[in-house]
Amino acid sequence: MLAESLAISAVLFAIGVIGVLTRRNAIIIFMCVELMLNAVNLTFVALSRFYGMAGQVFVIFVMTVAAAEAAVGLAIIISIFRHKETVDLRNINVLKG
Amino acid sequence: MRPDDFPLFYVFHFYLFGLIAIVSSIVFVTRKSPVAAAMWLVVTMACLAAEYIMLDAQFIGIMQILVYTGAIMVVFLFVIMLLNLGRPADIADARSWGLKLLAALVGLVFIGETAILTTTGIPAEKYMVPASFMNDQLAKYGAVGAVAKPLYQDYSLAFELASIVILVAIVGAVVLGRRRTADAR
Repeated sequence: MLAESLAISAVLFAIGVIGVLTRRNAIIIFMCVELMLNAVNLTFVALSRFYGMAGQVFVIFVMTVAAAEAAVGLAIIISIFRHKETVDLRNINVLKG
Repeated sequence: MRPDDFPLFYVFHFYLFGLIAIVSSIVFVTRKSPVAAAMWLVVTMACLAAEYIMLDAQFIGIMQILVYTGAIMVVFLFVIMLLNLGRPADIADARSWGLKLLAALVGLVFIGETAILTTTGIPAEKYMVPASFMNDQLAKYGAVGAVAKPLYQDYSLAFELASIVILVAIVGAVVLGRRRTADAR
């Protein structure tokens, strides 16, 4: 089931990339990043059957970092919303050159 | 393990959960309402948990349900609720056609890379463990112990550092989420 797992993982990662590149709602972009992390986790789990338990340990670390990233990212979105009253990235362009 | 080593029941359900995961993630990306998108992402993550369990990672599958669908997505829904972003009309979005085409191209490149990788076979065969490795580990230590043993022995430093990452995230979330006005404290 290795090839199938890697294929599912790549398709999910590609859908996540498409979401990040096309959507403009900051919260949905964050969810797309979570989808990409999930796709990578599937690769880790599928390969851990062939290369030892380290893959599953790494999935735990990825989940930890994803949880931390969601907490900080959503706090940033909340403070941006307080400032700008929107999460639409078209209106959050202070750093645009 | 070769594909014909697996019973048809297993293979059918593996493909079924993979198909549901892909379809619901496509639906997730195309929803206009953030709440609907979050719900479809929960479906994707639940199907991925089923895939983990079928791939002999039972503990990871349960952690997927608990951490991702149980904690992270609830936080997302809380933020959508608190900021009152559930209305699809004024946040419905899609960028220009050029960027859409670029995104589709990037996606196709990723899928093409996978197709190439499946023809080249598994790299680094000298690092591979024996085919019965996973079953031996599960029989010897159990589903949780098989993950816990390397986590607490070989990766104990990374495990401790992960706690610092979480601590920094907690402090950062509190600092960023605090109101700046004097009357709020």
